[in-house]
Amino acid sequence: MKILICISKTPDTTAKIAFKDNNTKFAADGVQWIINPYDEWYALVRAIEIKEKDSTAILHLICVGAADADPIIRKALALGGDEAIRVNADSHDSFYIAAQIAEIAKLGGYDLIFTGKETIDYNGSSVGGMLAALLDLPFISLASKFELDNITATVTRQIEGGEETDEVKLPIVVSCQKGVAEQRIPNMKGIMSARSKPLKVVEPVVIEPLTSIVSFELPPAKAGVRLVSADHPEELIRLLHEEAKLI
Amino acid sequence: MGQRSNWKIKKINHMVLVFIDHAEGQIKKSSLEALSYGVKIAELLNTEAEGILLGTVTSNLADLGKYGAKKIYQVSSESLNHLDSQADAKVLTEVVNATGAKVIVFSNNLSGKAIAPRLSASLRAALVTGAVALPETTSGFVVKKTVFSGKAFAHVSLNTPIKIISINPNSYQVVEGSGTAEVVPLNVEIKDSKIKVSGVSKTSGEVPLTEAEIVVSGGRGLKGPENWGMIEDLARLLHGATACSRPVADAHWRPHNEHVGQTGIAIAPNLYIAIGISGAIQHLAGVNRSKVIVVINKDPEAPFFKAADYGIVGDAFEIVPKLIEAVKKLKGVA
Repeated sequence: MKILICISKTPDTTAKIAFKDNNTKFAADGVQWIINPYDEWYALVRAIEIKEKDSTAILHLICVGAADADPIIRKALALGGDEAIRVNADSHDSFYIAAQIAEIAKLGGYDLIFTGKETIDYNGSSVGGMLAALLDLPFISLASKFELDNITATVTRQIEGGEETDEVKLPIVVSCQKGVAEQRIPNMKGIMSARSKPLKVVEPVVIEPLTSIVSFELPPAKAGVRLVSADHPEELIRLLHEEAKLI
Repeated sequence: MGQRSNWKIKKINHMVLVFIDHAEGQIKKSSLEALSYGVKIAELLNTEAEGILLGTVTSNLADLGKYGAKKIYQVSSESLNHLDSQADAKVLTEVVNATGAKVIVFSNNLSGKAIAPRLSASLRAALVTGAVALPETTSGFVVKKTVFSGKAFAHVSLNTPIKIISINPNSYQVVEGSGTAEVVPLNVEIKDSKIKVSGVSKTSGEVPLTEAEIVVSGGRGLKGPENWGMIEDLARLLHGATACSRPVADAHWRPHNEHVGQTGIAIAPNLYIAIGISGAIQHLAGVNRSKVIVVINKDPEAPFFKAADYGIVGDAFEIVPKLIEAVKKLKGVA
């Protein structure tokens, strides 16, 4: 069982979101970087659980990013990846990232490719689907439960109108969300061993991104809350009806 | 799959093709939004909008003309009623090539998230997901989308001849007029899906959370699952859906699919009523695209008040029953 887990570097969930250079770049100064939570808590931890049951499983991490992604890759190795590959390139857009990962995946003979359901910065929710298309593999989007029996995966996923449980033969691409696994904290043994685990840096293949970001914009600030007295809650209903015209 | 010789399709310059999603025989409201959005783009580009539906529905597809679609293509294979992005994207690739569509519109719903990226890679067509506004076409083709979990927007340039847009649910109003669409059946040979469905469970709520215009949400301040009756009552009276914060889902007071926030689902209803939720930044990330936010919390320092439009500082157990009474009075419900 060979599993490829795609991870991204994102600003911490509490990071202040601001832009610079005439609103064309994210203002990264002072920002804490983390492994994208969907990639870490769900995709990576589920892969680690699979390896805990089947010690022959091999977990490869892949990240498309510059050298400043190395700390989060080391953290993922500390949690439990066996080795990591970093494609040494800026992550231009979802297609660029998917195409770089596809190049590695084609040669790797992976049975299972995990991604998080989206990154918390660009919210594209696209790399998994694109990767599946480039590799012509089945794609299970938004999985909330994942079980493996030899080469058959049983996956629960969200679909319009509810949830569905599917059986599908490997190899497949799965995007993971809440429910697949629970967040873990790396232990000291993991942190120590991560230092000596291989982190291979490869140069990107030439891929033309399909999109580019022209500028960023912050939403307009809220005008401020209008407080209604707790003695007259019915006044809130009147405001929602007459002023906001929502009910 | 090659293009069918029996397809007699007149190519329209720059045609806008809208993916019409459905579940249990019903067309999704989010797809009517996508269709209205696609029709408006067609107007801007001086062309026509057409729809594509994979599978079968119980309603009359010609009625989609009311929303401005000139034609609806239908591949009425039963197997396509089940989401398999591999099969769906193959059929769509073929239809896009045959029709010459230049802009393809999806709803950024659960189906759109599975299929649109696949189609993008297959056609090498630029994709923007989470769009919130019409494209700017004065120089190039630039679409505004949410980024940083609703804390900001990005203007994304789509740099390929074919462009794909997934519009966020509840970001574009359905525009209804009159008209009849021509329904064009397409025959496509569908290979057996590699995904075998072994079980389906429908969402229990009457209104799906991501499509609800009004959402009533509860947090830890409600103290326990036994106190959710009033949340459900208020939601039902307002024809809304119920939601909850992460600690509530983690404590199994409510099902995980009700968890809204950074690591749950992101919603953008017209009205979000947060009861007993403090408003941590991670929760706000899932609800900050709501048009109006009401916060009810006994702590006047709760950070949620800073993001709210209306608020009441007070005890939910006293206030919510009074709100229910006031709504009943307003709606003339005994």
